[in-house]
Amino acid sequence: MTSSIAWQRRRAAAGRVWAQFRTDRGGLIGLAVLAVIVLLAVLAPLISDRSGLDVTHATGGILQPPGNGFLLGTDESGRSVLLLLLWGSRISLLVGLAATLLSVGVGTIVGVLMAHFGGWAQAVLMRVTDFFLVLPSLVLAAVLSTVLTPGIGSIIVAIGATAWPTTARLVRSQTLAVESRPYIERSWALGAGHWHVIGKHVLPAVAPLVFANTTLNVANSIITESTLSFLGLGDPNSPSWGSMLHNALQTGAVTARAWWYLLPPGVAIGVVVLAFMMCGRALEAVLNPRLRER
Amino acid sequence: MTSPAATPALAEPSPSARSGGARYVLGKVGGAVVSLFVIVVLSFFLIRVLPGDPIRLLTRNTSLGAAQVAELRHQFGLDKPLPAQFVDYMVGLAHGDLGVSLRFGQPVSQLILRALWPTVLLVGVATLISILLGLWQGTRAGWRRGSGFDRFSTGFALTLWSAPTFWLGMILLALAGSWFPTQGILDPDTPPEFLPQALDVLHHLVLPCLTLVAVLYAQYLLVMRSSLLEEMNADYLTTARAKGLRDDLVRDRHAVPNALLPTVTLVFIQLGFVVGGAVTVETVYSWPGLGLLLYQALSDHDGTLLQGLLLVLAGAVLVMNLIGDLLLHVIDPRVRAA
Repeated sequence: MTSSIAWQRRRAAAGRVWAQFRTDRGGLIGLAVLAVIVLLAVLAPLISDRSGLDVTHATGGILQPPGNGFLLGTDESGRSVLLLLLWGSRISLLVGLAATLLSVGVGTIVGVLMAHFGGWAQAVLMRVTDFFLVLPSLVLAAVLSTVLTPGIGSIIVAIGATAWPTTARLVRSQTLAVESRPYIERSWALGAGHWHVIGKHVLPAVAPLVFANTTLNVANSIITESTLSFLGLGDPNSPSWGSMLHNALQTGAVTARAWWYLLPPGVAIGVVVLAFMMCGRALEAVLNPRLRER
Repeated sequence: MTSPAATPALAEPSPSARSGGARYVLGKVGGAVVSLFVIVVLSFFLIRVLPGDPIRLLTRNTSLGAAQVAELRHQFGLDKPLPAQFVDYMVGLAHGDLGVSLRFGQPVSQLILRALWPTVLLVGVATLISILLGLWQGTRAGWRRGSGFDRFSTGFALTLWSAPTFWLGMILLALAGSWFPTQGILDPDTPPEFLPQALDVLHHLVLPCLTLVAVLYAQYLLVMRSSLLEEMNADYLTTARAKGLRDDLVRDRHAVPNALLPTVTLVFIQLGFVVGGAVTVETVYSWPGLGLLLYQALSDHDGTLLQGLLLVLAGAVLVMNLIGDLLLHVIDPRVRAA
């Protein structure tokens, strides 16, 4: 019975968050843009034909400007840039989201463990976190995805393995703040174990900020994904926005000033990243009382 | 990458650190030494233990026979048991020997030394410019919060920051490629005197440097702006105004010096991010630095070179962070008191 009351309260709190989020224009715009892009990415197989991605089935001329049935022109092997952009969004979003889930998951676990158990575990985990926080993460991610078998999976692992420390530190300080409150002490006094305190009290209290942090993290993951693909570490068989730019640089589209080939992937990355950041900042402003007065 | 508005946290006070300075310095140096050792071990095992044998990676697109592969394996000492390889590696490292690049057939240390100066030049100049630009704009934006200048400069910097570095580079290359050289660091037909050579290097530096600055300065702007905002309501500013000081004197003599502290740490903390930016910028402009070397090592699956570069880049970032921590200790009494 008590849990249903708790859930009712949580649902009411979520309603308040949404009501406040709605007042933030930037956040709403970001959310709308994201909704459209995700919808397009999900519907790509229905509104377009995948066979157009195959170099051997390409119908257009080489590096042709827009027009002639190709809304955004063609790439170096005669494929439609619009089609590449549409299918690329699937990889970029998928890798961005999956890598973020991985890094936020690891970061949350490490952060909660650090703050909850303290002492020796905290000292060791803190060292590890600081170590990864300092390292040049792009270099590490690039090396990791080279030594693992190349493909989307290893890019996800590489980003996830290098991006978790910021979340870990955030969750740690938040957990410390939560655990110093009287209701946790009450819970201990009533005989709660570690897992009860973490699962029933700490995690639900930390979750909102972790969620806001996740949204901001997706932006970073998408940039890292595109950078790794740009360095040629992506899956050569499935186009992503980063690998389009990799091909563009390799085949001299830059010196040919093929703007229809250069602009769309970069603008797409920028728009998605900005949209995620606007959503994340709006969420953060709602969920983090310290920022609300600013 | 750190989030743009993240203010670097001051070291947390711990009750056991009463004995002050020496203990703080020892702790930081000790931590850095441990981290450095972990990097040494990590860069060894990353290349060797994870799936992906360096020789097989190297020869996967060639038609070498099994005997030749075995010969190559022996030549690089890869047929020994792992502990023996590790000892070899550590002994070599102690002598400054990072092994021979599989791809270039040259000592890795030589390749890295040759690529070091172009990177230091590029990163140094770009960091300097972005610090000056970011601090200047951040101060003005923070002091007049909500003004047109604030909204425009913050928005512009954030937009540049969220664009991928390599893409900015490519767009700049396509736009300005006819006025500036787009490849390398020096034209081979430049006269060998100092002045024309230096001018030519500068000419080559413009576009890569501009790209790096565009991505980097947002962080300085945002941190300077938010740390100035923290100072805005401080009592000492009211005192300064009550003394009758002009507004920009209050800003420059009283608020800015205090607000500068977090940005000092940022310069060092940022370095990991700067290295990442340098890798992509150097790739776009074929700037012959460590970043381009890393790109070549990645695309050729050159294990020894990769291992050496990881070691040098991560090690450099670690050492710079240590310097940053120690410097903060010297200039910020609050850290010293902790």
